[in-house]
Amino acid sequence: MTLSYTRAEIRRAFRNRRFFLFAVGFPLAIYLLVATPNRGVHDLDGSGISAPLYFMAGLATLGTMNSVLAGGARISIERTIGWTRHLRATPLRPRTYFATKVVTGYLTALVPLAALYSAGISLGVDLSVSQWAGMTALMLVGLLPFAALGVMLGHLVGVDALGPAIGGTSGLLSFLGGAWFPVASGFMHDVAQALPSYWLVQSSSVALGGGGWSATGWLVVTAWTLLLGAAAVFAYRRDTERA
Amino acid sequence: MANAAEDRRPLTVELRGLAKAFRGAEGRVQAVDALDLSAAEGEIVALLGPNGAGKSTTIDMLLGLTEPDAGTVSVLGGRPAQAIAAGDVGVMLQTGELIRDLSVCELVAMAASVYPAPLDVDDTLCLVGIDALAGRRTQKLSGGETQRVRFALALVGNPRVLVLDEPTVAMDVEGRLAFWEAMRGLAARGTSVLFATHYLAEVDANADLVVMIARGRVVAAGPTTELSARGGLRTIRATLPGVAPGRLAELPGVQWAERHGDVVVLDCADGDMALRALLAEQPEARDVEVGGGGLEQAFIELTGMKEAA
Repeated sequence: MTLSYTRAEIRRAFRNRRFFLFAVGFPLAIYLLVATPNRGVHDLDGSGISAPLYFMAGLATLGTMNSVLAGGARISIERTIGWTRHLRATPLRPRTYFATKVVTGYLTALVPLAALYSAGISLGVDLSVSQWAGMTALMLVGLLPFAALGVMLGHLVGVDALGPAIGGTSGLLSFLGGAWFPVASGFMHDVAQALPSYWLVQSSSVALGGGGWSATGWLVVTAWTLLLGAAAVFAYRRDTERA
Repeated sequence: MANAAEDRRPLTVELRGLAKAFRGAEGRVQAVDALDLSAAEGEIVALLGPNGAGKSTTIDMLLGLTEPDAGTVSVLGGRPAQAIAAGDVGVMLQTGELIRDLSVCELVAMAASVYPAPLDVDDTLCLVGIDALAGRRTQKLSGGETQRVRFALALVGNPRVLVLDEPTVAMDVEGRLAFWEAMRGLAARGTSVLFATHYLAEVDANADLVVMIARGRVVAAGPTTELSARGGLRTIRATLPGVAPGRLAELPGVQWAERHGDVVVLDCADGDMALRALLAEQPEARDVEVGGGGLEQAFIELTGMKEAA
């Protein structure tokens, strides 16, 4: 039952061409603008990571974050048109509904991810299969807090503020996380390390060998996932009680 | 109230003493008060009332979407949430658009997938008369078509209880006919159909039982035919120049007479008697029409709409 429901939801999401035009086009264009002139930089700011790789992960962070946030935030539209209310009068369980939104958000995130990987390869990014896999895995884990944040926004933000909420959140968090330029030291670095977006960008550090994230990274991502997950549940409960 | 016919089949929906108040701009508003309502297997029950009478609030409580302040709700012997989780309830709420980027067929299939024992999707589309729309994207439907798709969504789970809030709003004549035909077919198979409406004609033609509510309270309940008879008033209109309304008001069976140009309008307590007396005494009366009465008249009297107007 859940499978065909989810399949229909995914089909819907992928039919929204305009969404992908922006979710893919935007980070891809920025990547090409930023990384192409720096394609010869093999050690960006002493990080040991090449510029094409660093910005590839950075702008993949922007793109995937956007998609995953939008996955949950679409709940806002369905609340507005009365669809979630209709669903409450069906056997569909809320957790299935949310899981479907998150899965769909993740699958749509694979599109900008693939686009940026391809662009990265064309600019000389060269990783082993296990490094590609490790980086992708870190990305998927690092997106968890944003999946929860998307569901939360879906319950807190009205349809007319949805675009700015998603665009603003992903823009700001990717900027502070170092997606647009590296934040290697100082106050900005301290702030950045506490943000989940920083660790998404840092998934490119698989190129240095080793696991990619430090213990701090895992801790920050886990904490944000739990915190935003709880906030999303709270937002959902508050919303249903009011309805 | 005349709601308890002894030969009724087992009850599927039972609301007892239901009450709900909302805090509004002007203090507490008692949306629903001491409301009793029931539906049995195979019955089509209309919840009839003017806008703001408490119909939608009643339906929300019936479905467990709103908690009542007082009273009990039983659907198929349990709480509404249990019946809904079991897939026994089909619902068409008053407002609601369809999610976009799916074809009608895909959307109905998606809805069917959450029920344990759904109807066949193609059969459902045929039943509602929208099989021709199967491939159309939901965002390209007209208002009436959307309404019929929403009806299909309510049906596809093969419910034992069907709850519909203003189901035929925005439907064209053809859509309405298909809708009520499907509804009677379902009732014949034992489905309970409970619908809220303010269209009297639909209640008259389609409901077995009617519960009239006004200002959150039941003002009358019973078989549709019985309530129609209760509103004994008839209105007679005729072209009859040069006769004083005062004289006409004295005719047997007439309560009140008015003149609008050449036309006279008689409000009658006994329409048959008044008509015979009118034709006997005023043979020059032309274009005689007898109207009103029936459920409409009963509705107006019982809900107090005449005083308000």
